[in-house]
Amino acid sequence: MSSPEQWTHPEPREGPAATAAAPSAEQVIAGLRATSEGGPELVQLLTPEGERVENPEFDRYVADVTAEDLRSLYRDMVLVRRADREANALQRQGQLGIWVPLLGQEAAQIGAGRALRDTDMVFPSYREHGVAWCRGISPKEILGIFRGTDHGSWDSNAKRFHPYTIVIGNQVLNAAGYAMGQRFEGKVGDGDSEATMVFFGDGATSQGDVHEGFVWAAVYDAPLVFFCQNNQWAISEPTERQSRLPLYQRARGYGFPGIRVDGNDVLATLAVSRWALDECRHGNGPVLIEAFTYRMDAHTTTDDPTRYRHSDELEAWKLKDPIERVRVNLVRHEHADQDFFDSVQADADALAADMREFCFNMPEPPVEQMFNHVYAEASPFVDAQRDEYLAYHANFAGGEH
Amino acid sequence: MAAPVINKPNGAAATQSLTLGKALNLGLRTAMEADPKVIVMGEDVGKLGGVFRITDGLQKDFGEHRVLDTPLSESGIIGTAVGLAVRGFRPVCEIQFDGFIFPGFDQIVSQVAKLHARTLGRVKVPLVIRVPFGGGIGAVEHHSESPESYFAHTAGLKVVACSNAVDAYWMIQQAIQSDDPVLFFEPKRYYHSGFMKAEVDTTATPDPLFASRLVRAGSTATVVAYGPSVKVALDAATAAEEEGRSLEVIDLRSLSPLDLQPVFESVRRTGRLVVVSEAPSEASLTSEIAARVQQECFYSLEAPVLRVTGFDTPYPPAKLEEEFLPDLDRVLDAVDRSLAW
Repeated sequence: MSSPEQWTHPEPREGPAATAAAPSAEQVIAGLRATSEGGPELVQLLTPEGERVENPEFDRYVADVTAEDLRSLYRDMVLVRRADREANALQRQGQLGIWVPLLGQEAAQIGAGRALRDTDMVFPSYREHGVAWCRGISPKEILGIFRGTDHGSWDSNAKRFHPYTIVIGNQVLNAAGYAMGQRFEGKVGDGDSEATMVFFGDGATSQGDVHEGFVWAAVYDAPLVFFCQNNQWAISEPTERQSRLPLYQRARGYGFPGIRVDGNDVLATLAVSRWALDECRHGNGPVLIEAFTYRMDAHTTTDDPTRYRHSDELEAWKLKDPIERVRVNLVRHEHADQDFFDSVQADADALAADMREFCFNMPEPPVEQMFNHVYAEASPFVDAQRDEYLAYHANFAGGEH
Repeated sequence: MAAPVINKPNGAAATQSLTLGKALNLGLRTAMEADPKVIVMGEDVGKLGGVFRITDGLQKDFGEHRVLDTPLSESGIIGTAVGLAVRGFRPVCEIQFDGFIFPGFDQIVSQVAKLHARTLGRVKVPLVIRVPFGGGIGAVEHHSESPESYFAHTAGLKVVACSNAVDAYWMIQQAIQSDDPVLFFEPKRYYHSGFMKAEVDTTATPDPLFASRLVRAGSTATVVAYGPSVKVALDAATAAEEEGRSLEVIDLRSLSPLDLQPVFESVRRTGRLVVVSEAPSEASLTSEIAARVQQECFYSLEAPVLRVTGFDTPYPPAKLEEEFLPDLDRVLDAVDRSLAW
């Protein structure tokens, strides 16, 4: 059994605790977790220069990743970046009211998203367009939020991807509850079990709901991966304004493992996410992952980062680009040729063109939409308000407003 | 998910004499027996049975995974209940005292109330938040408040208040069956009081949850109340009768949606309305009732709608609470003023 010291600075060891120690349900419930977690402070498998570096703790989690898989991860990242840039442009052209860019966070989101199984549940914040992509949600389905036609049009039950949550940190408690439910239903205990992953940012870690989510998930042994994308900036406030301690180290205070991964390294993020989910499936959750990354664009299209951060910081992070390091690796090992890169670019452009076409043609929402789903069951008051307003509205039909 | 049909408990006597607190306990037990997805969660609700003993014995009989002694964290209680509801559970959350609900306010108004609308009906949040409310128990600060108007003001929430043992037994089960989130206010000062004890017939057919009820017929003036104020209104009606005045009393039961049709019909007959509530008056449920009654019954009103409420002050120290709370005399005074108009 590991000591609490190991939860944040573990020794390399054989096998994940989940399979090596195979704790019984009773042991887990008693809090007798046997956890192992990885390596140096920042887990990295692909350097910014595209070099594959060995990691005795986490290599095994990506040992099955073939060249084709790596090409697929590359393609995911290029496509979500292209979709992100298209949406940003659509906002600039007045087609969207606002956009929340993910630029720079592609590896963190694709790495985490591709570690998930269909049976897992995901609770996003509002920047997780890349994770949405991995859940089979088209960027088109996200546009309505930012065009103002809806609050999210995907089927969150079918896709197992909860609606975007805009109030900072709320979703962390909702995810803790969902994961508690997975445990109560006996869906935890072996490699076939379910897990939940919740996404939030460095700023959210100051919210009470995130603290409470840590407490609840811990005391109920919930199979929950806390995936914190530390993109260094909460609008204009640097991470130093949120914490004295590296964020992943907070986990120790709650009694579960915390780990920092290079969030610009899709392979490392995939490996660490698979490890964390595996721990959760085996009853050793929760786990905190801090994906160390950088918000390359503004907080949203309303923001102006030139007021609060230096451009040389941005330039330094450009050298750690999540997509470029995979491209270099693929080229160096001759796992991809120019035709491949051209075809990915063509796919990306087609995706963007489709988004654009879709955005231009999105219908206005019907007036009754706002009344119709306030309650699951009848509400005579809201129904009467709707009928009255629709009758009023009909007075203007065909005339001047 | 299909709401379960309310079970009639087998073996138990059909009619039992129960306090309001015991009726709630039996209602919770019956709902938990009917549907394994119903879980109870809150601070001290397990071994202790809750600080008011409303959940007494439930953890013993249903286990620790169905009756959760939770961390001391109201946002956590509500926030995790949302996730449990998304997962398919029907959580019944206990907030220990009215004044402690505010750490959970964000989750209630931002997530509980809005998820169904946000998802255009794809995600239901069938949870119940039980809140012991109101004063009169000689407590310290934050233990005697009436925060119901905040929640009635919030679209997406349903809000009810029981006033007696029969309603307590049925309404808690109906709230649990509802696919909408329900704030369930309980008049804590009558939990264990003989006043609201009643013969509860568990084989009866209950009234609908979201309906008000005429509890005393009369002709001189209408008095509308809910929760702990229903007893005040009924006592006032009894006293008024001795003076030859016949007060009609309506128990609102549902605070959102309000079922005001019986109130309108009553006011059209009596021409006079007094609304009673322990909550402060400004921008409150009593304001809402006054506004709607003047809109619907304008030509029937012989006097302005009058309100007897808590004052627009923080709830006072216990030695002053009898001054703060609406009582029989203040209700009768309002009736006098209405009749003298």
